[in-house]
Amino acid sequence: MRLESLYQEVILDHYRHPHHKGLREPYDAEVHHVNPLCGDEVTLRVTLKDATGEPVVADVSYDALGCSISQASASVMSELIIGKTVPEAMSLAEEFLRLMQSKGQTEPDEEVLGDGVAFAGVAKYPARIKCALLGWMAWKDATAQALEEQDD
Amino acid sequence: MTLDVARIRKDFPILDRQVRDGQPLVYLDSANTSQKPRQVIERLDEFYERHNANIHRASHQLGEEATAAYEGARIKAAGFIGARDETEVVFTKNVSEGINLVAYALGNATAGQSGGSGRFRLSPGDEIVITEMEHHSNIVPWQLLCERTGATLRWFGVTDDGQLDLSQTSQLINERTRLVALAHQSNVLGTINPVREVADAAHAAGAVVLVDAAQSVPHMPVDVQELGADFLGFTSHKMCGPTGIGVLWGRRELLEEMPPFLGGGEMIESVWMDHSTFAPPPHKFEAGTMPIAEAAGLDAAIDYLTDVGLDAIRAHEQDLIGYALDALGTVPGLRVLGPSDPAARGAAIAFTLEDVHPHDVSQVLDEHGVAVRAGHHCAWPLHRRYGIQASTRASFYLYNTTAEVDALVQGIGQAQRFFGGV
Repeated sequence: MRLESLYQEVILDHYRHPHHKGLREPYDAEVHHVNPLCGDEVTLRVTLKDATGEPVVADVSYDALGCSISQASASVMSELIIGKTVPEAMSLAEEFLRLMQSKGQTEPDEEVLGDGVAFAGVAKYPARIKCALLGWMAWKDATAQALEEQDD
Repeated sequence: MTLDVARIRKDFPILDRQVRDGQPLVYLDSANTSQKPRQVIERLDEFYERHNANIHRASHQLGEEATAAYEGARIKAAGFIGARDETEVVFTKNVSEGINLVAYALGNATAGQSGGSGRFRLSPGDEIVITEMEHHSNIVPWQLLCERTGATLRWFGVTDDGQLDLSQTSQLINERTRLVALAHQSNVLGTINPVREVADAAHAAGAVVLVDAAQSVPHMPVDVQELGADFLGFTSHKMCGPTGIGVLWGRRELLEEMPPFLGGGEMIESVWMDHSTFAPPPHKFEAGTMPIAEAAGLDAAIDYLTDVGLDAIRAHEQDLIGYALDALGTVPGLRVLGPSDPAARGAAIAFTLEDVHPHDVSQVLDEHGVAVRAGHHCAWPLHRRYGIQASTRASFYLYNTTAEVDALVQGIGQAQRFFGGV
C-alpha cells in the first residue's frame, strides 16, 4: 500500500520518539525556520567544535512543531550528523536533497544516509518534500552562521 | 427546494475521475477552487473556436463579438450582485488583486497622484480596521498601505466560538477610521459575518467598507446594497468559473474619485509624453489585455449558478454542513473550529485532530481519494489566535453529497488508526 511506502515504520518511530529533540545549551548559533506553505516551524541550535583543524558538529538540538515527516526528518538528521565534520555533514545534506529531488527515481544508499533512506517515498509527493527538508535547511543555515561567528 | 445533486454531478466531468490508483474522487476542496461544469468549459472552447479577438480596439467582426462577450459578462456580474450598473464592475485577476487595487489607489492618492480626488488621502493618525479572521490577502495589502502612508492598522478579535468580537466596535471604529475591510465569510471558520452591522458603524464614522466575498458569492445570494458595502471582491474560480478573472465591485462615485492602480493600454483617455488622463471607471482600472475568454467563462458560470438557484445551493450546503458537523462530532479527539450552529456558517469546516497533524490527516484522506486542504489556509493569525499551527479543512459545494461526508469521516478514522499510539 502506498501509505506505508510514504510513512515507513522508521519514520513513524522517529516521529513517536524523536532523537535530540529539546533545545540544549550551550550553542553557537540558533535559527528559526518556517514552512510558509503549511506553517511547520523549527527552532534549531548547533554547536561546532574545532579540535582537529576541521570543524565538527558537536551538537544539534531543536524544538519543532509540524507533521510526522518534518518531525521525523529533523530527528533522523540530528542522528546522522552529530559527530561528523561539517564538510561530511554538508555532503549528507546534499545527498538528502538529491534524494528529495529525485521524484522517487533514485535508489538511496543506506550506507550513506542511514535512516534517511526511509524518506525515499516522500520524493514522490511534491507537497511533502519541503516538510522533509525543513530541519536540514535550518541546520545548514545555523551552521553557516556558526562558522561566520568563528571567523569574526 | 432540494437540489438534484445526481444530475448536477453529471455536469462536472472531473467528478468521474479516479485518483490514487482507482479511488473515486471525493472533492472537498471547493473553498480552495471549485470544479467546473461542462457549460463553462464549453463556453471557453466556443470563445476560442469562434470569437477570439482582442476587445475594444479590433476593427473587425471578431473584435465586436469578443467585446460583446467581455462587456456582456460585466453586465451579468453587475446584475448577479445587485450593482447599480455595470460601470461599477471592475474585472481583476482575483480578489487579492481587487483588494490591492483599492489599497494602492489609496496609497497613490496619498502620494498625490493624478486621476482621482484627494478624498482617499491618508495621513498618520488615520486608521484602517480589519479582522483577525481575514485571509492574508485582506491583511497584507493593508499592512503595506499603512507602512507607505503612516496610517495605523487595527483589527477586530474573534471569540472562542469563531465570531467577530463586536463588543469592540465602538472603540475600533471611530472618527479616525478611514476604511473597514472584512470577509463576508471566513475561509477557515466558515463564519458568516454581520457585514451590515459593521458597515453601518463604519459609515456612521465616515469610513468606507470593503468586503472580501470570495467565500460567500459562490454559495449564497449576495446583494451589495443589502450588505452596505462600498467595495466588494469575488473570484470566478471559486464559483464554477475559470481561474484568472475576478471582480472588484465599487460604488461609482468612489471609483471615480480613486486614482488608477495599474497604468497601461486601455485605461487611458489621452496620453502625452509627460502626462496622461484616464478613462472613466471601470476601464480606468483595467490596464492591458484583460482575461477575455475567462470573462465569457465567468458569464457562463453565473448563468449556471443562477439556473440552479443560489437559494437552493445555500439550502443544500446547510444540509451538508449540519450533517457533517453531526458526523464529525462523533469522532473522538476532533475539534471543529468556528460556530457550532450550521445557520451561522458557510460551506467550509476546518478541524484539528488530537495527535495527528493536519498534513498527515490530509495525506491519508488523499490516499482514499478524499481531497481536502491542510495548513493555515492563508489565515495564519487566526490559527495563532486558536493556539494551533494548522488545521484540516473540508469544504463543500453544490455537487457534494452526504455520502462524501461519510467518506471524509471514514478517512479520518483511518488516519487515526494509522497514526494511532503516537
